[in-house]
Amino acid sequence: MKAENIDPMLTKPLRIQRVQRELPDTFTLEILPSNGGFHFTPGQFNMLYVFGVGEVPISICGDPEKSKSLVHTIRIVGSVTQAMSRLKSGDTIGVRGPFGSSWPLAEAEGKDVVIVAGGIGLPPLRPAIYHILNHREKYGKVVLLYGARNKEEIIFWKELEQWRSRFDMEVHVTVDRGSGNWHGNVGVVTTLVPRATFNSADAIAMMVGPEIMMRFTVLELLKRGITGDRIYMSMERNMKCGVGICGHCQWSHHFICKDGPVFSYEQIKVLLDKHEI
Amino acid sequence: MNKATTSSNRHYILQSGDFQRLLDSIIGNGYRCLGPTVQDQAIVLDDVSSVKDLPVGWSDNQQAAAYRLQKNGSPAFFGYVLGPGSWKKFLYPARERLLTTTRSRSGWKAEASAEPVQKMAFLGIRPCELQALAVLDKVLLEGTYADPVYRARRSQILVIAVNCAEVGGTCFCDSMSTGPKAVSGFDLALTEIITDGKHHFVVESATAKGDEIVKLAHGVSASDQEISKADAVSTAAAKKLSKKLNTIGVKDLLARNLTHPRWKETAGRCLTCSNCTLVCPTCFCITVEDYTDLKGNSAERVRRWDSCFTMDHSYIHGGSIRNTPDSRYRQWLTHKFSSWWEQYGISGCVGCGRCITWCPAAIDVTEEIQAIRDSEKT
Repeated sequence: MKAENIDPMLTKPLRIQRVQRELPDTFTLEILPSNGGFHFTPGQFNMLYVFGVGEVPISICGDPEKSKSLVHTIRIVGSVTQAMSRLKSGDTIGVRGPFGSSWPLAEAEGKDVVIVAGGIGLPPLRPAIYHILNHREKYGKVVLLYGARNKEEIIFWKELEQWRSRFDMEVHVTVDRGSGNWHGNVGVVTTLVPRATFNSADAIAMMVGPEIMMRFTVLELLKRGITGDRIYMSMERNMKCGVGICGHCQWSHHFICKDGPVFSYEQIKVLLDKHEI
Repeated sequence: MNKATTSSNRHYILQSGDFQRLLDSIIGNGYRCLGPTVQDQAIVLDDVSSVKDLPVGWSDNQQAAAYRLQKNGSPAFFGYVLGPGSWKKFLYPARERLLTTTRSRSGWKAEASAEPVQKMAFLGIRPCELQALAVLDKVLLEGTYADPVYRARRSQILVIAVNCAEVGGTCFCDSMSTGPKAVSGFDLALTEIITDGKHHFVVESATAKGDEIVKLAHGVSASDQEISKADAVSTAAAKKLSKKLNTIGVKDLLARNLTHPRWKETAGRCLTCSNCTLVCPTCFCITVEDYTDLKGNSAERVRRWDSCFTMDHSYIHGGSIRNTPDSRYRQWLTHKFSSWWEQYGISGCVGCGRCITWCPAAIDVTEEIQAIRDSEKT
């Protein structure tokens, strides 16, 4: 694909339809795409711009088959996301995208799928979960392992409950620190890997979370027999352009914006254990 | 040296006395003529309209962390080697507005910056810098998305290269196969020849536009003998190059030494000042800044050159990925000489030596790479 005459840095102003508070520091924007709807593949991200404040990369977390609404779930971590959290229904937000690589959903067909998410890592995986559930018959066992820091930081609570109530999906949730009103699993998300049921000979794993969580989750998955070429993860770096021009997201020879953000462990294993690469 | 001369290129002789005509014909063809001038005790690329604007009789002495312009009394127009600034500043300016957003009744709208593109002539671009343009083309034109500003400017430039007769103390173009003679990527390539009180240029033309310009300046066909004299100038220059870099397997050498102790040692001297990235003709990192007017009714997004030596470059929520100077120095060097190959199929370094000259701590990439290479022998 050669986008000859497109100005890749020109943002498109779109209307916010709905704002939903998820957690004290996390919110969801539902954005009305311009004519024709918004099409993306699970795993991709957009550059979102707040008027006069700045632009940040945010993964798309809605249903890929519902192109009439563009959904982003965002945690407040800096000045741009802070400003974004103050936007209301009817306000305008700038959108460029979608950019980047996707989850291996075609490759996963006919196989068991293990999805591991830590904290705010669940939103980038949700489009993949939607896709799998939309085409449930094409996949084998589906396992979701989710870990949050504590009960109060569990995101998409209702959806997690719905997914857990399905007979064709296995969902395990854990929190790093238990409290009096939590009666579920306690421990980091890696502790859930040994109890997940899947056929390790051909299962595909997809994960998003802090890098340290992903490093240790990989070790657990390898221990369970999933080979590195079947383990996928989404990476995060500073990005100013999203199209491989600004140079910020370089990770050795990879541009995370265009070669990633989704990589197989096999592609990046030599980098994952290098400090400050 | 004959490999450099493709058979279809035309050769002319231009007398130094006719050089003003060359400038006039460039400008007469609608180009903004840019070339070397002397400013602030350095060679600075800027507007040139007269021979008097050129650094006539100046040469430069360059060593690691040292740059001095010197009057040498020579009549040469191009007797210097390289100034600190590269031609990148005209094609990919250090600051540029990307877009303007304006509030409207229904929200706001965004408009791309549509500044008119002026045709530019690059007079005096060196062979290594021609390669730098080829490298930037790979980065900014050949990906999925091309940079519209760079593309608009790049497509209209007239390239008048000047082959090197002198070499600097930090140049290593020969090692990078980028000089000292221009091989491709130019309209005209000049070789300045001063012998027996005579002063003229052998001009190689690769395009019809080049022919037109040089003929307007009263250039006449060159004889084979004159052409070989010009080649001899380049051959002699190549012999003068003292700095060398062994590039064999450098991509893999660095890739397998990402945790080498040398990074930390060198970072002890590195000031992370970002000079090397700012003088580098191929460094392309940019960042984006946002500005609003006082009323908050309009906002601008401006891009400016950035450097991987800053903490902000790798900042994500929670802190910078490359916190230590070691990691930032490693990022820069491994990108130029190793990961660039994976990304674009060519070297990110063209051997111009600017990063060595302008490093206040005299860090020399050729020494650094050799040190890592040598450490593998033991």
